[in-house]
Amino acid sequence: MHSTAHDFPANARAAIADAQLQKALARLKGHFIDKRAQARAKLPEFDALRDQAKAIKDHTLAHLDLYLERFEAKVVETGGMVHWCRDAAEARAVVLGICRAVNARTVTKGKTMIAEEIGLNPFLEANGIQPVETDLGEYIIQLAHEPPSHIIAPAVHKNKEQISDLFVAHHHAGDRSKRLDGIPELVTEAREVLRRRFLEADVGITGANFLIAETGQTVIVTNEGNGDLTQTLPGVHVVLASLEKVVPTLEDATTILRVLARSATGQEFSTYTTFSAGPRRPGDLDGPAAFHVVLLDNGRSELLGTELQDILRCIRCGACLNHCPVYGTVGGHAYGWVYPGPMGAVLSPALIGLAEAHHLPNASTLCGRCEEVCPMRIPLPRMLRHWREREFATGLAPAAARRGLGLWCFVAARPRLYRSVAALAARILATLGSGRGRIARLPLAGGWTASRDLPAPEGRTFHSLWAAGRR
Amino acid sequence: MSASRDDILGRVRKALGRTDPAAVEDRLARHAPNLVPARGLVGHEDRVALFRAMAGEVGGTSERLASMAELPAAIARYLASQNLPAEAAIAPDPFLDALPWGGAPMLKLRRGRTEGDDLVGITGAFGAVAETGTLVILSGPANPTTLNFLSETHVVVLPTRHVAGTYEEIWARLRAEHAVIPRTVNLITGPSRTADIEQTIQRGAHGPRRLHIVLVDGDA
Repeated sequence: MHSTAHDFPANARAAIADAQLQKALARLKGHFIDKRAQARAKLPEFDALRDQAKAIKDHTLAHLDLYLERFEAKVVETGGMVHWCRDAAEARAVVLGICRAVNARTVTKGKTMIAEEIGLNPFLEANGIQPVETDLGEYIIQLAHEPPSHIIAPAVHKNKEQISDLFVAHHHAGDRSKRLDGIPELVTEAREVLRRRFLEADVGITGANFLIAETGQTVIVTNEGNGDLTQTLPGVHVVLASLEKVVPTLEDATTILRVLARSATGQEFSTYTTFSAGPRRPGDLDGPAAFHVVLLDNGRSELLGTELQDILRCIRCGACLNHCPVYGTVGGHAYGWVYPGPMGAVLSPALIGLAEAHHLPNASTLCGRCEEVCPMRIPLPRMLRHWREREFATGLAPAAARRGLGLWCFVAARPRLYRSVAALAARILATLGSGRGRIARLPLAGGWTASRDLPAPEGRTFHSLWAAGRR
Repeated sequence: MSASRDDILGRVRKALGRTDPAAVEDRLARHAPNLVPARGLVGHEDRVALFRAMAGEVGGTSERLASMAELPAAIARYLASQNLPAEAAIAPDPFLDALPWGGAPMLKLRRGRTEGDDLVGITGAFGAVAETGTLVILSGPANPTTLNFLSETHVVVLPTRHVAGTYEEIWARLRAEHAVIPRTVNLITGPSRTADIEQTIQRGAHGPRRLHIVLVDGDA
């Protein structure tokens, strides 16, 4: 996927001015945030399960080579193949090779963020193969030629009028007499259109929520059942997975599944959790004749043993997006690449480079809600700060910010100077606040006060109050 | 791609330093349960009640029969109550074959997989998990996966004694009864749904709109 992460400030301004998007974002609270809280309240062991889920992934990552080798051996034992791919180009080539081998014309796709990461759809199209997204949200944004704006709710930024228009244009050649208004009718229309595509597809591509080393199974989690039709009906099933998806056993996958849906949508469990091992067996009446796992690294092995290793525990539930005040204000597209929100702001600089994505770690108030709700207890704020330090150290931070920080450093390192500057500033700001307790417009900080007031200090510094209180 | 394989594994090993094969072998061999929520750790009758309640919360329906003899009539009754024709595709499962279908002479059944033209699919299930109201269905010659997904109505017949409290019990039974793991293990919790349009929950996105579970007591 082409990145516009370097344009984050402009993207964000446009998103804030988009009234329709703001309405869509306001819906996040009721749906995701409240439902997660309810699901958590219903399971007394929820937080203890989070601790165990974290420990499972930490253990797996510490022995990643061995678990990957075992997973591969088990896939081969069940008649499948594992394709190791260093980067996006290798993964795309492998998928194309598999499609070409069966003369594939259409490919159905279950929801996979890895396919977005490697830019699979445009590549297949350029090679004469038609990819068809089957998750309803993914299908909608495929019709709109847009990337997903949320990792589990890709079309969360669209309203039903926009979706009606897309369906009229694509399903009825623009005949507005056939335009549907109701959500149930729209879902039914998509079901009927996509049912035909499921039945005619030559290859089905899904992602994976887990790879199980013990059994060689790949696991997908959906609510629609689209992933199951994608992988059951065509002759070939291709699983796209990054290497950190592996867990040791069925029991370990189960523990993480217990926190996944609750953190994501607030469901106790997703509707369909499907474990797949190899191709159709002798005597089976359906299922694919061939089974391939594309195992993608794409920069992840570089994170092992670094301050960023913990992001490899991420299970893509979206809770950090849902609870992030910045995501809630600008939505997913502003981030400019595949993974938005706090987890994206940590992962994107690692995968596409800090030069391209250096704004993203700054798109955070460091309020800590992301870490608070992360089922895998990933210290996202700490990692965002790590990227900010790297940004400063590599000279990518904007000149004004660097000068400001340099000046602050100079003053803060000299206690007597700091106290006198702080006392002066407190007096000036108190005068500007002039009894109202807040400052609506501050010279040199117009960007900050444009959308909010600055609380005015009362005229004395913390140091002087502290000294007075001591006496 | 073996160059890529060596490259990736080499990078992983270099970053991790030495890893411990014994710890890995041990974990895989023991496949020990982690923390199991107390909710599912209850006696048989409570388990069945919990399973039905949880399945109901996500939009599934269920009934409980005293014996297999009642099943054909119960299925015919359910189809009529939903204004569905008395026709279904049914899994070619010896367990289902053995039922006294003569008790519902109007019911037209076709054994085998479905291509999507059958309004109703009837299958058995390996078991169920009370904790979340989840059915466990294994693929195999007697259980085509298409029956779980392509029909608008999915009717599942399950001996009550196979309702487990937790997933861990199901995995233990799976390992004990299946030397080779089936191609597909489907965990199904309620009928198909989507919330992709304005986060409004809508049933029957791609899979069944209705999921009806018939629990049967006795030794079947």
